[in-house]
Amino acid sequence: MRNKTIRVFLLIALLTTVSLYIALPKKISLNFKLFNQQVEQEIEIPPLDVTILGRRIQKDFELKKGLDIQGGIEVVLRADMGEIADEDRETAIESAREVILRRVDLFGINEPTVTTSKTTNEYRLLVDLPGVSDPNQALQLVGTTAQLDFRLQNPELATAEATSSAIAFFNQFEMTELTGKQLKRALVQFDPQTNEPVIALEFDEEGREIFAAITQENVGEVLAIFLDSYPLAMPRINTPILDGRAVMTGGFDLEGAKQTAIQLNAGALPIPIEIIEQRQLGASLGQEAVEKSVRAGLIGIGLVMVFMIMLYGWKGLIADLALIIYGVLTVAIYKVLGVTLTLPGIAGMLLTIGMAVDANILIFERMKEELRLGKAWKRAMELGFGRAWDSIKDANVATIMTALVLINPLDFNFLNTSGMVRGFGLTLLIGVLISLFTGVVVTRTFMRLFLRDTSYKKNMRSKSK
Amino acid sequence: MNFMKWRWLYFLISLLVIVPGFISLIIFGLKPAIDFTGGSLLEINFIEITENQELSVASLEESLDEVYELSSIQQSGENRVVLKGKHITNDLKNQALTILTDEYGEIIEERFEAVGPSLGKELLAKTLTGVIIAASLIMIYVWIQFSELKYGVSAILAMFHDSLILLGIFSLLGYFYGIEVDMLFVTALLTTLSFSVHDTIVVYDRIRELRGKYPRYSLVSLVNTAVTETLSRSINNSVTIIIMLAALAALGGDTIRWFAVALLIGAITGTYSSTFTAAPLLLLWEDVADKLRHRRKNKK
Repeated sequence: MRNKTIRVFLLIALLTTVSLYIALPKKISLNFKLFNQQVEQEIEIPPLDVTILGRRIQKDFELKKGLDIQGGIEVVLRADMGEIADEDRETAIESAREVILRRVDLFGINEPTVTTSKTTNEYRLLVDLPGVSDPNQALQLVGTTAQLDFRLQNPELATAEATSSAIAFFNQFEMTELTGKQLKRALVQFDPQTNEPVIALEFDEEGREIFAAITQENVGEVLAIFLDSYPLAMPRINTPILDGRAVMTGGFDLEGAKQTAIQLNAGALPIPIEIIEQRQLGASLGQEAVEKSVRAGLIGIGLVMVFMIMLYGWKGLIADLALIIYGVLTVAIYKVLGVTLTLPGIAGMLLTIGMAVDANILIFERMKEELRLGKAWKRAMELGFGRAWDSIKDANVATIMTALVLINPLDFNFLNTSGMVRGFGLTLLIGVLISLFTGVVVTRTFMRLFLRDTSYKKNMRSKSK
Repeated sequence: MNFMKWRWLYFLISLLVIVPGFISLIIFGLKPAIDFTGGSLLEINFIEITENQELSVASLEESLDEVYELSSIQQSGENRVVLKGKHITNDLKNQALTILTDEYGEIIEERFEAVGPSLGKELLAKTLTGVIIAASLIMIYVWIQFSELKYGVSAILAMFHDSLILLGIFSLLGYFYGIEVDMLFVTALLTTLSFSVHDTIVVYDRIRELRGKYPRYSLVSLVNTAVTETLSRSINNSVTIIIMLAALAALGGDTIRWFAVALLIGAITGTYSSTFTAAPLLLLWEDVADKLRHRRKNKK
């Protein structure tokens, strides 16, 4: 029994140390006065960089901050599918997503996310651009429909200069009448001879004629394909193609071919998009809010700890210790799982700190009852843990269910998909799960190891009087 | 202690709290934020404003008259103002910013939100679905756990009791102080459901345990004993949650202040209702069931 307890204790200590390492920020500035000496020091924690069994593991853990904290822009776009045939809609929305991602990537925005969602009668794109401060530029990037066109290279201008200067590069291409409008769709196929992935283009009636004319007149030349005025592919015309079905070969791996086909489809199936929601926040407001929340949280935690000690004495102190471990584990888990921290998320985390001691309170109250019934201290402690467990389990299942409704992990479109609500739900769920561990396992181990029956001696003394 | 002797008093207290809010809900309703109605919000920091320039509702309305139909203007800090109005596009917002720059010098656009009207309705539907799903899951769980329908139904009724109080108080807050109900409020409402049932389950759990130990006891004395034994735990636990939420509400900043207040109300009424609504409801259920049985017997 005692050996097992010590093993569990060592495990908890190890887990806490590892978590502490992950949870602490990279740099800690110390600035305080000690014995009238000003101490100013920066402690730097080295990032994880170890070699285990010949494999190098390198990772530095950062807390991901949501848009409401670090500032940025969130846009919801409605895709107008009126002109798109039912069977092409999935392809069209996927292409639109790809195009927006490509644009924001080219623009150099860090960690953009673009997701699609389908409600009962609408296709939507949700675009998150963290850290972007100029909304006009951002909206330009995401709010315009993709433009695909075919441009012929002028061989006379394809000089050495064209490879070094951007202007000269773009100048060597001349517009043709062929655009994305005449392209019906692009598909990835496999060349039956070489088994290499190729991209098949299919034009409509009008496109077939224009394409036939272009390919007849310009054999041997390059007919470049531009998306949003950036070159996407530069295939050379090998033979005249009269049936409106072209195949681009060479140089694609499967991933590349898929990617290019999706982007071609963005031009082939252009969907007008409309901004239906826009939220933007400057970085300063979020920062201010975080500082306030964290300060409020620290004060709250301090008060809860004092409260626990006042109520339960040494047991309260152990609950507080478990609470600190709870905090460390929570932050570490956020970092490892890459939970995006939002303001409601912080509120959720603080709320679960208030709830985390619930298990302890249930157990301690139960212990008191057992003691009152005349059980020995040790026995009362074990009974307290055992009997309280049922309540703890049942009560927390309800919270877990609510958290799951908020997180909506299966992406039901009849439930909320807002990042803020999900962020809160996720912190609630993680909080409940960790608090079960710290509130029950950690507290029990610490109590078995560190607490002895003090009431016994007192009782003896009072009896002898 | 014979807590249940005064069970009518507890129902009366609940009614006294619920009724004003409920009336307010019917007459005034809730004050929905743009999350629900669609519309726009623009927060501006006037950094170059001079002392003799006045930032008033009238002056702002007059300057923006042509481009931006405003519904409210609030001060959010020194020289910082939150404008709310009809849904506007980014272009119109830019025009509004230009006008303000001309008039007041350099400004910083701190925050801009524009929600289309269709999204608002959708959020409302999603909210209701979320509440119904969460409530049904919890009811089924409680029903299965305690193997009697009356536990599930009473737990749900206590949950609605808490939701009504929260909605009612926010209806009053909206009417008198202009506090809006937004997406975060919905989250708080759902969390209140789980607070409520969390404590209720602890009480029911104790009733179940006692029922196993003393099968001959009447339900009233079982409930009484269970409430007596769990009350101090209930209060102590709530105090810790209330400490955290009160700190957040008081010091946490504007963005989550009312979220924290909503959670705080939920935590308090959740604690009250577990002991003083969910438990007596079990007895009420039993009384009604007894009377029905009697009537059937008499008819025979």
